[in-house]
Amino acid sequence: MINVPSTIRISIRALRVNKMRSALTMLGIIIGVGAVIAMLAVGTGARQKISEQISSIGSNLLIVLSGASTSGGIRMGSGTRPSLSLGDSEAIKRECPSVQDVAPVLGGTAQVVYGNLNWSTGVTGTTPSMLSVRDWQLSSGRSFTEDDVKGATKVCLLGQTVVDNLFGSIDPVGSVIRIEKIPFTVAGVLEIKGQSPGGQDQDDVIYVPITTAQKKLFGTAFPGMIRMMMVKARTAEDLFRSEQEIAELLRQRHKINPKQEDDFTVRNLTQMLQATEQSTKVMTILLGAIASVSLLVGGIGIMNIMLVSVTERTREIGIRMAVGAKTWDIRLQFIIEALILSMIGGIAGILVGLAVSEALALFAGWSVIVSPFSVILSFGFSGVVGIFFGFYPAYKASLLDPIEALRYE
Amino acid sequence: MGLIEARGISKTYSLGEVDVRALCPTSLTIEAAEFIAIMGPSGSGKSTLMNILGCLDKPSSGTYLLDSVEAGGLDRDQRAEIRNKKIGFVFQGFNLLSRTSAIENVELPLLYDGLSAQERRQRALTALKKVGLEGREYHHPNQLSGGQQQRVAIARALVNNAPIILADEPTGNLDTKTSAEIMDLFVDLNTHAKITIILVTHEPDIAAYSKRIIRFLDGCIVSDEVKKTE
Ligand SMILES: Nc1ncnc2c1ncn2[C@@H]1O[C@H](COP(=O)(O)OP(=O)(O)OP(=O)(O)O)[C@@H](O)[C@H]1O
Ligand SMILES: [Mg+2]
Repeated sequence: MINVPSTIRISIRALRVNKMRSALTMLGIIIGVGAVIAMLAVGTGARQKISEQISSIGSNLLIVLSGASTSGGIRMGSGTRPSLSLGDSEAIKRECPSVQDVAPVLGGTAQVVYGNLNWSTGVTGTTPSMLSVRDWQLSSGRSFTEDDVKGATKVCLLGQTVVDNLFGSIDPVGSVIRIEKIPFTVAGVLEIKGQSPGGQDQDDVIYVPITTAQKKLFGTAFPGMIRMMMVKARTAEDLFRSEQEIAELLRQRHKINPKQEDDFTVRNLTQMLQATEQSTKVMTILLGAIASVSLLVGGIGIMNIMLVSVTERTREIGIRMAVGAKTWDIRLQFIIEALILSMIGGIAGILVGLAVSEALALFAGWSVIVSPFSVILSFGFSGVVGIFFGFYPAYKASLLDPIEALRYE
Repeated sequence: MGLIEARGISKTYSLGEVDVRALCPTSLTIEAAEFIAIMGPSGSGKSTLMNILGCLDKPSSGTYLLDSVEAGGLDRDQRAEIRNKKIGFVFQGFNLLSRTSAIENVELPLLYDGLSAQERRQRALTALKKVGLEGREYHHPNQLSGGQQQRVAIARALVNNAPIILADEPTGNLDTKTSAEIMDLFVDLNTHAKITIILVTHEPDIAAYSKRIIRFLDGCIVSDEVKKTE
């Protein structure tokens, strides 16, 4: 029968005798647990940010660019020589069953003026489909319509950043701004989306009807051409099929025979981002693993101190054995001591980890997320470390011969 | 058969090449409720015998039966149990925990007996009172005189109400008056509680309290005399 509360009291007293030593031993665990929590917080934060960005650009997205992507010889980058037309995008929407919607894109940077304020931003010609493709809502006003596209009217949708820079807090809907000196009526304002996976401000944008962009803003030597299109597949499972349907349709429309290369490129954006997310996950695991090593080192520190403590207290162990302490009484005493060291170290380490994460968020602007899982994990881990590294010294103590222990000087 | 039955027990320490014989093969029978004094010059093997009788040490040869149980055949925990329940041991060098108060030192055997904190405290207080240490319960050993420390050690041997008390020079550090008080206590325990008492002493005055005197010389028993009851 082992008297646990009394054993705990004995252990605490023994630890208090050597306050400095106990504190330094705990420091190893504090640093270890703190590092695990902070590292996991950084990794989880990065992942969270990426998945937010993935959903911000829209789900189940494909991008179709002009020009080939395959290697071979010197060639211009994809998208440089226009090969896609508005007709292509309409055909895809009409004929590819796995495609939900298509938004053509022709854009560039332009100077925008309202009153005495001006702003340089990306102006994108597209169709109302853009909003559904990118899962984007309006925060005020209305979208332009298919009729606006047909009529090439001078209306636009503004991103919040543009609104902030030109209008401040005034509602811009109905106002007239000048894009490259041409007056456009503001039809609506896009809801805030934040940064893109590439770190760009997605709200620094103006949408105008594609036909208006073609005719009035970015007239090229290739009328009717668009730079790229964004395609939304019906479901995530449809992405691959959409890719094939689009390629087949475009090859047919562009009259490319089987021996020729494609003059367009289809990219699966979601897939690319998922790969990034995957690598962030690997990074998180790696960071966590490195931090765990310091926790392990802290554990070895505990074992070291416990071994010293067992040697120093050989006589005490002898006395306890002489009056009837059994193997597990002695073992438990030292295991509990190690456990107290590691658990208190673990709790302090959690606080340190939280503080470090908070500091990283505050001063370095990193997105950090301390998950309850990482707290439980590292606390549990520190407990396991305590038991694991406390066991050997405790085991050694319990094997002492009582009479020799009593004679120990 | 006696409470304590030693059959040819001996102890030899080997220090590298030389062997030190601390105890010759010794046979000894001690009945329950005996009161024995062991005498002999320094280094004659008295403590060695006490350690074996107290299940702290194992003999190099021979068999030792305690209460008809062969101690040599027991494992560590069973021996610990015997030390805890059957034996109260007063060490020659006191062996108190230095960073622990007198009362907690006395409570120690009870801690490993699974008693409640309250009962431990109660019994430890009673034991300290018996050895005349009221008011010193919360002093640490380094705040106590040698004689007081010795009395704490005696209280610890009494606290578990063991049927056997083994005391290695329990009055070595005590003045005549306190010695007499402690010896009266032992006599009382022996006559009323029928506790078997074996004590080591150099002083004939102390040995006079016992009913049987065993003398040692160079590890061997040279005489074993039972006092005639007058
Ligand atoms: N651990 C040991 N290693 C080697 N020799 C030992 C050991 N313990 C005791 N001895 C030897 O055994 C002999 C008997 O020792 P013991 O302690 O039994 O004597 P004692 O009769 O109790 O003496 P004292 O009256 O001084 O306490 C001594 O010669 C001593 O040197
Ligand atoms: Mg001795």
